[in-house]
Amino acid sequence: MFETTALNRRNERVQHAFRLLFGLMTVVLIVPVVLILGVLIWKGGPALSIDFLFTDPRNGMTEGGILPALIGTVWLVTVALLASVPVGVAAALYLSEYASDNWLTRIINLAIINLAGVPSIVHALFGLGAFVLFFGFGTSILSASLTLAVMTLPVVIVSTRESLQAVPLAFREACWNMGATRWQTIRRVVLPNSVSGILTGVILEVSRTAGETAPIMFTGAAFFLPFLPQSVFDQTMAMSLHLFVVSTQVPDVPEHLPYGVALTLIGMVLVMNAASIAFRTYLRQRRKW
Amino acid sequence: MPADDTPDGTALDTPVDTLVSVEGLGIRYGSEWALRDVTLDIRRHEIFGIIGPANAGKTSFLRALNRMDEFTPSMHIEGSVVFGGRDVSSWRNVYALRRRIGVVFPLPVGLPLSVYDNVALAPRLAGVRHKDDLDEIVERCLRRAALWDEVRDRLDSLGSLLSGGQQQRLTIARALSQDPELLLLDEFSIAVDPVTTMRIEDVLKELREEITIVLVTNLVQQARRLADRTAFFLSGECVELAPTEQLFSGEVRDRRTTDYVEGRFG
Repeated sequence: MFETTALNRRNERVQHAFRLLFGLMTVVLIVPVVLILGVLIWKGGPALSIDFLFTDPRNGMTEGGILPALIGTVWLVTVALLASVPVGVAAALYLSEYASDNWLTRIINLAIINLAGVPSIVHALFGLGAFVLFFGFGTSILSASLTLAVMTLPVVIVSTRESLQAVPLAFREACWNMGATRWQTIRRVVLPNSVSGILTGVILEVSRTAGETAPIMFTGAAFFLPFLPQSVFDQTMAMSLHLFVVSTQVPDVPEHLPYGVALTLIGMVLVMNAASIAFRTYLRQRRKW
Repeated sequence: MPADDTPDGTALDTPVDTLVSVEGLGIRYGSEWALRDVTLDIRRHEIFGIIGPANAGKTSFLRALNRMDEFTPSMHIEGSVVFGGRDVSSWRNVYALRRRIGVVFPLPVGLPLSVYDNVALAPRLAGVRHKDDLDEIVERCLRRAALWDEVRDRLDSLGSLLSGGQQQRLTIARALSQDPELLLLDEFSIAVDPVTTMRIEDVLKELREEITIVLVTNLVQQARRLADRTAFFLSGECVELAPTEQLFSGEVRDRRTTDYVEGRFG
């Protein structure tokens, strides 16, 4: 009947070799993640407590908790999202659903991609010039959040546009043929079927925003503030900057403190990612094609 | 075209109520012509069949009727299409035009909404709000599309999860829910089993009382069963337009028509 030829055997060996190679690469990918989490939990775990999360830093930040930084990061992320999500989603809707494919659209797309590639320290200087000085918001949550928003905007636009374009064109044409306007089509068919992707993109942006340090350094994050921000015009502490400060700027910090800060920060991000995955799974179950 | 030389064999004393009048229609994608210089009339309350092999321009013809060319940036239209006495390109409100023209494509598109919402979508877009009215429209259209008995118990389940043939009938129901004057059917039976196809064909014959139907089909016999007049398109040219029986009986002007309908083609 069938004999395995030399070629068959060779194909099989090659197939195994590649499988092994790709598998090894995947393991290599996991190693740093496991190491980072392991070290953080091992060294920072003992620092974590309810007290640590909900008290102010004391004694030149060598003791006490991280409450102002935690609250500050929540402020920064929230205000940044309020600014970037409406603008980003609206821009993505325009580019995906309304704009015709001409040179202007192509230039805008190119600009968005380039904006995504701008280093965050450049965004920081832009924020300093534009929001702090020109608009006169001072160093404040508002300035810092707007800087973060500008920085994350391209990613929101790109991820939203991709979710929108994942909705089959046939759905749109079916709607248009019924006499639906562009907006009716978007509202009834396109958005309901892309909202899970859009939200996933947004939530992933949250975790990135929470970790950024450079853009907020000059624009609104403070080294040390003994009080919580009362409005968007106050300065604030932030987790990411606080980590930088207690790691490098303050003498005699016990070792567990920066690890505790880092663990809390990464914990926040992981919780948000987990929430995004859970939410996406929930929406996918209702997904419809 | 001179009145005494109608190629479609119209008796001159019959008053003809024209719904769509196409003149010198040319369609190209970029620089490639899909259809050239087509001139024909579609009459109210007829089933107008279009047959022809692939690449004949049949679908492009349909797309020109309700300005679907606007969905495809490379598609350009020349000549004129007059619908209900008015050139379609002069409708500033293209949505109102499209509402009067229902379209069914070869591949079923069950929108990712419930079965009920699929059929209620067009009436809702047109401003129908009352639940009773919507219920009535949904049931009527689903019955007409020969789908009601299969889905009456699960109007809440997703339209996109129905089988292919059911989705196609859902698409037909949706097109009917617009209450269109003109229904464009592009190979509607391609995903539907023969028995259901026959049921839908019966419905189409009844619908002729109320609306006008343009039926593009690869099934030559389907055109023969349904169409009052049939046009034969070939490579972007309207080769023949005649009352269906005449076209099938061989009384045609162009030999290629007979070759095609008798399956001697290519």
